[in-house]
Amino acid sequence: MALAAIAAAGAAGRSGLLPALGRALQRGFAASASADDKFTVEVMPYKAHKIEPPSNQVETSIAELTSMYELMYTMRRMEIAADMMYKAKLIRGFCHLYDGQEAVMTGIEYAINREDAVITSYRDHCQLLARGGTVKQVMAELMGKAEGATKGVGGSMHMYRKQAEFYGGCGIVGAQIPLGAGLALAKKYEGKRNIGITMYGDGAANQGQKYEALNMAGLWNIPVIFVCENNHYGMGTAEWRAAKSSTFYTRGDYIPGLKVDGMDVLAVKNAVAFAKQHVLDNGPIILEMDTYRYHGHSMSDPGSTYRTRDEISTMRQERDPVERVKKLLLAQGVDAGEVKAIEKKAKKEVDTAVEESKVAAPPPMSWQWKNVYHDPVGIKLRTTTGGYVTPSYDPTYTLP
Amino acid sequence: MLPFAALASLRGIAARGGLRAASAASALGAPAASAWAAPRRAVGTSAPAAAAASAPEHQQSAEEPRLPQRGEARKLNLCSAVNEALHVALEADDSACVFGEDVAFGGVFRATVGLQERFGAERVFNTPLSEQGIVGFGIGLAAAGGTAIAEIQFADYIFPAFDQLVNEAAKMRYRSGGLFSCSGLTVRAPCGAVGHGGHYHSQSPESYFAAVPGLKVVMPSSPAEAKGLLLACIREPDPCVFFEPKMLYRTAVEDVPAGDYTIPLGVARTLSEGSDVTLVGWGAQVLVLAQAAKAAAALPRPISCEVIDLRTLMPWDAKAVAASVSKTGRLIVSHEAPLTGHFGAEITARIAERCFARLEAPPLRICGADTPFPLVYEPLYLPGVERVLEAIKASAEY
Repeated sequence: MALAAIAAAGAAGRSGLLPALGRALQRGFAASASADDKFTVEVMPYKAHKIEPPSNQVETSIAELTSMYELMYTMRRMEIAADMMYKAKLIRGFCHLYDGQEAVMTGIEYAINREDAVITSYRDHCQLLARGGTVKQVMAELMGKAEGATKGVGGSMHMYRKQAEFYGGCGIVGAQIPLGAGLALAKKYEGKRNIGITMYGDGAANQGQKYEALNMAGLWNIPVIFVCENNHYGMGTAEWRAAKSSTFYTRGDYIPGLKVDGMDVLAVKNAVAFAKQHVLDNGPIILEMDTYRYHGHSMSDPGSTYRTRDEISTMRQERDPVERVKKLLLAQGVDAGEVKAIEKKAKKEVDTAVEESKVAAPPPMSWQWKNVYHDPVGIKLRTTTGGYVTPSYDPTYTLP
Repeated sequence: MLPFAALASLRGIAARGGLRAASAASALGAPAASAWAAPRRAVGTSAPAAAAASAPEHQQSAEEPRLPQRGEARKLNLCSAVNEALHVALEADDSACVFGEDVAFGGVFRATVGLQERFGAERVFNTPLSEQGIVGFGIGLAAAGGTAIAEIQFADYIFPAFDQLVNEAAKMRYRSGGLFSCSGLTVRAPCGAVGHGGHYHSQSPESYFAAVPGLKVVMPSSPAEAKGLLLACIREPDPCVFFEPKMLYRTAVEDVPAGDYTIPLGVARTLSEGSDVTLVGWGAQVLVLAQAAKAAAALPRPISCEVIDLRTLMPWDAKAVAASVSKTGRLIVSHEAPLTGHFGAEITARIAERCFARLEAPPLRICGADTPFPLVYEPLYLPGVERVLEAIKASAEY
């Protein structure tokens, strides 16, 4: 187990766990020097397909772990709040929650920069948060309010953030996979040292278009990481019932792959950093993230008919990605009060976002005719009141 | 399978219901020159005597002969009616299989619940999330002589399978010179608005498929209709796409005859007779039209509407609609899909052609807006009762 094997390494080299703890206790981590000290953590070894896997010794620091914890804990609280708001009927429509899978997007975010493009499926609330969006933007979007990430016109499945190269959530299973390869093609074409990350689930891994994308990406050495978030259930069907081979990291045949502990943010970060270098030099790779979703597939799925409650609670107790980081922080000697303060701050942020979103204004109705086309010369679209309008292009959605 | 005689008698029953106004239609064959000179009929002035009677009576008379009352009818919602039809189909035909995403557990809408327990995992099984594969496999099964009942979880997800349906299923018989067909293929897909479905759980893609010669496209408007039409699709010797309005899954409840029955495809049903305006719709929109017709009848100057449920889009019952319009002189077609290029355009064009001399007002289409299906603006987008009523008034006062 990783926790037992924690080793701390200062600038002078690796040292044991106890000295690190002592140091932490002495300084109370008020000084930034100690928070930035590097140490290594052992993660679960990677399984590899047609590639030499990276080391499972991952370097991190208290500062990084603290920041990761803040993000992951906020994700968790936000998704729980979304669940409650959905049940209170303040969020309507189709809503897919990410709790349980937080380590995957967090690990990715800490391994890439905001000029690397990310695209994902409909389970996208936390991706927006990781790419620099706010809880408020997510919550307002979920409630269909004009202050939302996509101005309230997208909803749960459609969060975007252009300034951070986040190309959003896609409503159709697997449809984003070739798009992600296309994003990476653009990076290569522009001559940038940036990559594309295309995220999909184990359910989408059986879609035909994934194989078309793999072939072209391999053929042209496109710098794309295919991130298969294997949460083991494609909607209500277990992976082994839907896939002849559920070793998804090998499913690219000629494309190399790694299987990563997707419940361990450091394992993810390390694998993605390794993969980024690999795809820039050699072309695509598949990263299968072994993860788990606590909630059902969507809000209409209680998530308990096709798996046992035992399985879910065991996963929560033994592999919870947020708890893992918390334990690491505490083991590194970070004061429990500091951790509590992070949690309190996150809770407050979520609560405030919920309350503000509840009273926020919905988008004006005239926006229904915005952005259907860019410049529809000679085209008029019929309104619902019998009239016709020329739809306007207005990415800022200025109020009339 | 039903004995042929039973099928034939059903066909007769439905045909009577759908072609009630056949005598009026007979004038259409050769429009008399006098029609041009005929004075414009004002609303309510020269209506056939039938229109004077109250709407509920007509509803009953239209409903009564619609379905055979064999066995005991049970109150079912549309979802349970579909479930019952699937039970009947699997019971009657050993080669019939039901497959799709999560159908083994009943599917997201519970329409396939209990099927695997009763008929086994060899006949009722889950597929991966592979729409193109699902339909492709169904085509293969059907081409080899089996009965394939495939479910696409939402009609919005059918597009990865569009190629298989358009290029493989629809043309199989034609391109093989009649050697092969996929007569045994039925693709079920829940469609339409559901109150909060947003962009990808609300669309009505029926008209895309209605534009493909070789496919049959059906959308029921009530539980009893759904059962009979689905069984007809499953037994139809052509590939069928069967859209189930998911809004009606739980909200529409009525007596559904027990046992095995079919409703012939291509025959419309008249819900209520009227003399002033013909309202044509299918699926959940039929209920909107029925409510609008009721509201129109309650106006200070009542307008009598004839409500026609098209049931089948391809082939569609142009004869029944033409017969009705030649009586009323006014036509309103309504559907959830956007206005431009969808099936309302086909109906109004054909009726304008066939009933030109009988029209008292331009045929109108009351449809979804020409935009993507919205999330927060759904009530704005949908062609609701108020908008249909406005159109009825506009048509009557033209």
